[in-house]
Amino acid sequence: MTTATDAVIDHHDHKATGIKRWLFTTNHKDIGTLYLWFAFIMFLTGGSMAMVIRAELFQPGLQLVDPDFFNQMTTVHGLIMVFGAVMPAFTGLANWMIPMMIGAPDMALPRLNNWSFWILPFAFTILLMSFFMGGAPNFGWTFYAPLSSTYSNGSTAFFVFAVHIMGISSIMGAINVIVTIMNMRAPGMTYMKMPLFVWTFFITAYLLIAVMPVLAGVVTMLLTDTYFGTSFFDAAGGGDPVLFQHIFWFFGHPEVYIMILPAFGIVSTTIPAFSRKKLFGYSSMVYATSSIAFLSFIVWAHHMFTTGMPLLGELFFMYCTMLIAVPTGVKVFNWMATMWRGAITFEVPMMFSIAFVILFTIGGFSGLMLAMAPVDFQYHDTYFVVAHFHYVLVTGSIFSIFAAAYYWLPKWTGHMFNEKLAKAHFWCSLISVNLLFFPMHFLGLAGMPRRIPDYALQFADFNMWVSIGGFAFGLSQLIFLAVVIKCIQGGEKAPAKPWDGAEGLEWTVPSPAPYHTFSTPPKID
Amino acid sequence: MNSRNLGWLISGSIISSTAWAESKYNLTQGVTDVSREVYDLHMLVLYICTVIGVIVFGAIFWSMFFHRKSKGHVPATFHESTKVELLWTIIPIFILVAMAYPATITLIDIENNEDSDLTIQVTGSQWKWHYSYFDQGVEFYSNLSTPRSQWDNLSGEGEAKGENYLLEVDNHLVIPTNRKVRFLITSDDVIHSWWVPAFAVKQDAVPGFINEAWTKVTEPGTYRGQCAELCGKDHGYMPIVVDVLPEQEFDGWLQTRKEAAIAAAEAEKASLAERMTMEEAMALGESTYQSACAACHQPNGMGLPPAFPALKGSKIALGDVTKHIDVVVNGVSGTSMQAFGKQLTYKQLAAVVTYERNAWGNNTGDLVQTSDVKAATAE
Repeated sequence: MTTATDAVIDHHDHKATGIKRWLFTTNHKDIGTLYLWFAFIMFLTGGSMAMVIRAELFQPGLQLVDPDFFNQMTTVHGLIMVFGAVMPAFTGLANWMIPMMIGAPDMALPRLNNWSFWILPFAFTILLMSFFMGGAPNFGWTFYAPLSSTYSNGSTAFFVFAVHIMGISSIMGAINVIVTIMNMRAPGMTYMKMPLFVWTFFITAYLLIAVMPVLAGVVTMLLTDTYFGTSFFDAAGGGDPVLFQHIFWFFGHPEVYIMILPAFGIVSTTIPAFSRKKLFGYSSMVYATSSIAFLSFIVWAHHMFTTGMPLLGELFFMYCTMLIAVPTGVKVFNWMATMWRGAITFEVPMMFSIAFVILFTIGGFSGLMLAMAPVDFQYHDTYFVVAHFHYVLVTGSIFSIFAAAYYWLPKWTGHMFNEKLAKAHFWCSLISVNLLFFPMHFLGLAGMPRRIPDYALQFADFNMWVSIGGFAFGLSQLIFLAVVIKCIQGGEKAPAKPWDGAEGLEWTVPSPAPYHTFSTPPKID
Repeated sequence: MNSRNLGWLISGSIISSTAWAESKYNLTQGVTDVSREVYDLHMLVLYICTVIGVIVFGAIFWSMFFHRKSKGHVPATFHESTKVELLWTIIPIFILVAMAYPATITLIDIENNEDSDLTIQVTGSQWKWHYSYFDQGVEFYSNLSTPRSQWDNLSGEGEAKGENYLLEVDNHLVIPTNRKVRFLITSDDVIHSWWVPAFAVKQDAVPGFINEAWTKVTEPGTYRGQCAELCGKDHGYMPIVVDVLPEQEFDGWLQTRKEAAIAAAEAEKASLAERMTMEEAMALGESTYQSACAACHQPNGMGLPPAFPALKGSKIALGDVTKHIDVVVNGVSGTSMQAFGKQLTYKQLAAVVTYERNAWGNNTGDLVQTSDVKAATAE
């Protein structure tokens, strides 16, 4: 403990060595690294579950797993990817980059920062342990009651406590981001001078603080329904199963923006850098992000059009949902205008960013289609929905995380990454991810419901393609692992600013970034 | 054919909606006015998205090809324009209004459940559907009829799969053409969702609540659907099959079913006097067990604990007979164990209880008769 305390007291590069450095660290760069590695491990874990799903669906008939285990796979795959991969990866990026981008020495609450990371592994250990204790959650990541309460397989308690810990971690992380941004910006950096990356994380953090307690509430109600005889979601005791869905999606819809707003921030950083042109419409980007965040609170029931809502409710939620297309459109148009008449080069971060804009937009289009309530009656709970949210989450969020990782790897490690290998990662991912998710649109339109372990014969051909795409995409991510490990071990020395069009304070410090940066704040004009 | 002609052919067939409508990879047009309206809306939005996509992606690809540094392009310096920003805020709003208007009209139509000619209650339970024709005295369960040997390759060799693999049931729901049929949808246990794509009807079955939906089919035929909401282990195995008959044929069918229902009630009464031999009871018990119980308790009686306990060596199957009958007939509240009293006849109940008490090494030797079930349930 003393060594860790010493490191905080004297602001030099002193740090504990070995495991203690990582256990007791309060350094934003160390914690960022921990978050990013944790997210990557979870990404591979959740990914292998997706591969089990795709292997079972390779052909009609039950080949490998029984339907109950199949449901456990879909459920835990979803939970791990949402709470274990995408969200921690973004928190890791926030930790690494926000202090360096606003000229702050560290996050405002470094001990809280340590804790918010270190409770995460416990949360996921509890979740994964349930596999060996009578079966993991098998009720879908949306855990609709009463399937997850009265009719659950006994994993509800593990699930609820795991989610509680993840929620606490997220809330603490979000508080840290907000306090840091509000109080520790370098002199002269007004809100409207902050990099858009910082803005999107700022807004995301508010969303987290607003909705994670709602999630905590709903899982607690589920817990008492299951084990303590309450009837929040049980009609026999005067409750309502649909109430569950209202509370869940009041959390759930802002949650999906929590996973995409930071992605907007990332590509708003990389696209100007490699187009060598300032971001088009900075202030409209800020307003569009805020509008999306606001709208995310009043559209939740578009996930519930088939639950028997009254007509007026359906109309309200349909109109509000369609409205989201406007600020989202503004963002896409702004990225387009940023590239327009720039001087574009195609480094790997840029390749991922362009793929992001195009593929995320495809996910946006299917989102607009889903927003139309009468047609949603047909799309709802089919593979069309699966295609939609994987386009926005995989080719959206995860591609943006790859863009960010490649963009800042030289800053983090001090080495340039192996460009050939990184390009192989990009092209393999791009081709396989589309083979994986594009045919799902057609499967859904043709009538294949989601979350089924076996299917009618007319869906067989596309499912086989999808599975091949799935395996290829999963394996492609090992190339990324190789690139990162090689980059840490060595490689061409990276200059302080390896990308000639890049802007921002993080490029004014040497590469790799010293353990402590901006102990004296820089001055912004 | 050169590649250019091929390109035109492909884009031509994408644009022509007749090609799309016949495609098995697009949304079905269905067989009701509502389903056709829904299909038109779907195509409308798809075309709008395609046009926007072509413009936006076109501009991005244009920049990628012509505004690249390697071609010596010098970056422009513009980075804002209120005029352009306003333009691409306001134009999308108009497009959205153009989409919202027909969607609203269709939605109002979908939600108008009044003036129906026939009402059918649809009840989901793990993992089958139950249909009850209001005021007609006709009701029945509808179970998956694809044999386990076709889908379960885990325990043995998979048989060749039939044409309607996983989309076939023992008792089809039957409705007439050109009459407004109202469905009252609910559930006995978890949330299910009753979906027939050809009718564009998808409505959740929520335990303790009743949802409404309706359809008016114009073309006779057989239409298939599936449960759309994750409802547990066998969510993938509860299909829906609807036969749509011309009006007169339907009336005839309903009459036959009414008479059959009366006859079944008579037979039920008569069966109380019957005595089954052990062999008869075990044979009927086994077939009943395989269709009603094996999904959860498994064909070998080992169950899938903890949710679905084993029957082999279980306290209930080896204990008091009356208690055993009670569990089968009335279910166990707060668990997945359903009440089979109204799903099976007295004779089947007696046989299945006998089977469970004498199969897989449960050698109690008890032979339960139809009258025993009647007596046990009367208490």
